Amino acid sequence: MSKVYIALQDNDTSRYILEAIEEDNPTATINHMPAMIRIENEDYLVVKRSTVEEKMGRDWDVQELHLNLITLGGNVDEDDEQLSLSWNS
Amino acid sequence: MTIEIKTSTLEPIRNTYANIERRFGDKPATRYQEATYDLQAETNFHYRPLWQPDKELNDKTRTKIVMEDWYALKDPRQFYYGAYVQQRAKMQEQAENNYAFFEKRDLQAYLSESSKEKIIRFLIPVRHIEHTANLNNMYACSFGYGTALTQALVYNAMDRLGIAQYLSRIGLLIDGNSGDSLIQAKEHWMQDPIWQGVRALCEELTTVEDWFEVMLAQNLVMDSLVYELFIDQLDQALNAEGARDIAMLLEFMQQWNKETTRWFDSVIKTVASESAANAEQMSIWVKHWRAKAAEAFAPVIHALFDETSLQQALTLLDNRSRKAGLTL
Amino acid sequence: MSAKKLNLKDKYRLLTRDLDWEYSYSDRKKAFPYEEFEGIKITDWSKWEDPFRLTMDAYWKYQAEKEKKLYAIFDAFAQNNGHLNVTDPRYVNAIKLFLTAVSPLEYQAFQGYAHVGRQFGGAGARVACQMQSIDELRHVQTQIHAMSHYNKYFDGFQDWSHMHDRVWYLSVPKSFFDDARSAGPFEFLIAISFSFEYVLTNLLFVPFMSGAAHNGDMATVTFGFSAQSDEARHMTLGLEIIKFLLEQHEDNVPIVQKWIDKWFWRGTRMLSVVAMMMDYMLPNKVMSWKEAWEVYFEEAGGALFKDLARYGIRMPKFVEITEKEKEHVSHQAWWIFYNHGHAAGFHTWIPSDQELDWLSEKYPETFDKYYRPRWELAKKLEAEGKRFYTQALPQLCTTCQIPMGFTEMDDPTQIAYRDSVYNGERYHFCSDGCQHIFEDEPEKYVQSWLPVHQIYQGNCGGASVEEVLRDYYQMNLGADNLDIKGSPDEQRWKEWKGVA
Repeated sequence: MSKVYIALQDNDTSRYILEAIEEDNPTATINHMPAMIRIENEDYLVVKRSTVEEKMGRDWDVQELHLNLITLGGNVDEDDEQLSLSWNS
Repeated sequence: MTIEIKTSTLEPIRNTYANIERRFGDKPATRYQEATYDLQAETNFHYRPLWQPDKELNDKTRTKIVMEDWYALKDPRQFYYGAYVQQRAKMQEQAENNYAFFEKRDLQAYLSESSKEKIIRFLIPVRHIEHTANLNNMYACSFGYGTALTQALVYNAMDRLGIAQYLSRIGLLIDGNSGDSLIQAKEHWMQDPIWQGVRALCEELTTVEDWFEVMLAQNLVMDSLVYELFIDQLDQALNAEGARDIAMLLEFMQQWNKETTRWFDSVIKTVASESAANAEQMSIWVKHWRAKAAEAFAPVIHALFDETSLQQALTLLDNRSRKAGLTL
Repeated sequence: MSAKKLNLKDKYRLLTRDLDWEYSYSDRKKAFPYEEFEGIKITDWSKWEDPFRLTMDAYWKYQAEKEKKLYAIFDAFAQNNGHLNVTDPRYVNAIKLFLTAVSPLEYQAFQGYAHVGRQFGGAGARVACQMQSIDELRHVQTQIHAMSHYNKYFDGFQDWSHMHDRVWYLSVPKSFFDDARSAGPFEFLIAISFSFEYVLTNLLFVPFMSGAAHNGDMATVTFGFSAQSDEARHMTLGLEIIKFLLEQHEDNVPIVQKWIDKWFWRGTRMLSVVAMMMDYMLPNKVMSWKEAWEVYFEEAGGALFKDLARYGIRMPKFVEITEKEKEHVSHQAWWIFYNHGHAAGFHTWIPSDQELDWLSEKYPETFDKYYRPRWELAKKLEAEGKRFYTQALPQLCTTCQIPMGFTEMDDPTQIAYRDSVYNGERYHFCSDGCQHIFEDEPEKYVQSWLPVHQIYQGNCGGASVEEVLRDYYQMNLGADNLDIKGSPDEQRWKEWKGVA
């Protein structure tokens, strides 16, 4: 088992994204650090457009994630609906 | 209530970086200046490139053009990255509105079959020319000298990718997002006899070694012809036959060309006025590529317009060249 | 119209790689001449996977939004004299080092990605590299702008690009990037996109930027995190390129492994400066270098290499040494700079008692045993008015160019020396890793512009160290260099803060 992770800037938009991630990845752990939030999970983590939109109450493009993204680890798969991170091991 | 700020102790000890001060004196500098001058390493390189062992990593001898100071090629737009992307974001927002409007109102339905054919045969293939322009500007950026010029070249290269993508989207707008028009346009580009001269010229340009020559052939010779013929004249022709709505899809390119021409004309003017040798070398190159381009574009332009169109574009090129101080 | 709607992936393919075509009239190898000499075999560029499908319109839109936010903060920072909010003036020396050592590397990355962004035959990879190229230009420019305000109030920032080309310790980062850019296009990507961006860059940006946040430096935090948002794209390019090369041909595996080994070691050596910034130069600490190494390399890197094992890739050579080095490097590096503080373009100092205690706590195995006694001695000498500077010029490692100050990791009292003879000349190294790299490509590393050799050969002006520093490096002696105690920086800070 390996951990994938994503780190977001600590700002208002990220809080909604974080809520969505928590909902879609119940086993994820969240670390608040100075000016950033680091989220990690075993092997797989997903950010879903529909969940983020529900939290924000507006349209949200998966590529908007880049505005708040600090770093990530894992194989990336991005399409219209979601961005996921995974390890194959 | 009075607020006392102890300003005396907060006097800055210098106005700007030392290199900027050496160039422009001890005064506050612009963001463009601080982000442009002397960024590129000048000396004490550690290793010769494995891929070009006769040169240093940054080397002025990769072109026949000689400049005392390559930073003389200031960008009149004063684009550093932040200024550049914000300008393009404004333009893309407008373009996005236009493209969305075109799609939402299904304006392709008002295009005649012959207009669509014209677009597919003559306009969409230009995306491949723009792809070449992307390569050529990237080439000049990576081998060129001095941030004043090389940053403008990376902006230009990315603009070309963007324009190639907008042209592709025109195809997607008229083919209902199937991509069929792009496939047809590429077939024209690859097979249609009228395009083969231009395609051969594009291929040849990517094999030229001197980066300044590549830059000049692309941004002066090719662009003068391509933008005059396929963006301006073709737009007018489409307009005349009732395909007026295409104009809003070409606004970005037209605005871009106007802005970029101003920049590139100032570059070549400065280089030509640096020395007679520079002006002469540039003139040789322009003559060489002008002749090749005139021949290459002739079949496609003759299939599209009458004799005068190409002549008009060549005159535009000649005027730009003469204004910059070149002799043809 | 019978529209089969395109999905995002197909659309992106049409808008990027489909712009290219098979040449009929010119030799494509002449247009893309550097693809083969490294021995890498590419059988099919179309197998390239684009991880992020960013078209230029979206790129302009999102990047402009980032820039708008960033420059609003820079403006506010300058208008409100944001430099007064940093924890103490020692902190500012960390960002002096950043501007002189790291920002010029961002520029080299701009150049390097422009080169491969033109030279790769596959349009998908090319476009990804071009976007990284322009991003890197963004990074160097936003860093210059972020530091612009500091430059008006502190010494040591003013001649950063002149210094980067010349100053002894700055040849460490400069030679690192010169090495990558002078390599072939695939090695460049493994070096920078994979080994540096993917495996190591988190260690440079994340803890350091959190450190800036912790030390009241809003300008640096903002450019740092804003740059990192591009970095996520760059890291992913690093992972894609390595998977692509490994999947293209099995003959690529040993070549890639060799590059991973080389660039992991080159990278860890360069990051010793970051280690020292974290442990010694940040007045408010975020985490120790050792902790950062464990989180960002051992844990995150471990997961990555486990994932790559299916291709036959193993952990980088000499990784077991780094496991020991994390206990030592920051202390040894800061000690080198403390000793040579008269020749550095930033200030040095002895850690406060509180900081010494923090170091003891964070490094229970090594600090009290090996390093604390040195600082206690330095403190004693300083109290007696005998702050010392080592006058002799240090011997440099031919590969990483760091002064020979790192020890054997099994005996931290013994400076490590290695040497090799090539063409009748003897060359010196700080470690097995650096020696190994040299021996694999001696014809490259014998070219190294070693600053100390150059001074001795008279290529850096004057006969004395002082003349070299003043005339060749263009340092303002007495202002840029020496201990923070008694420096003009410290004096001004006290005036601003109204303390005697």
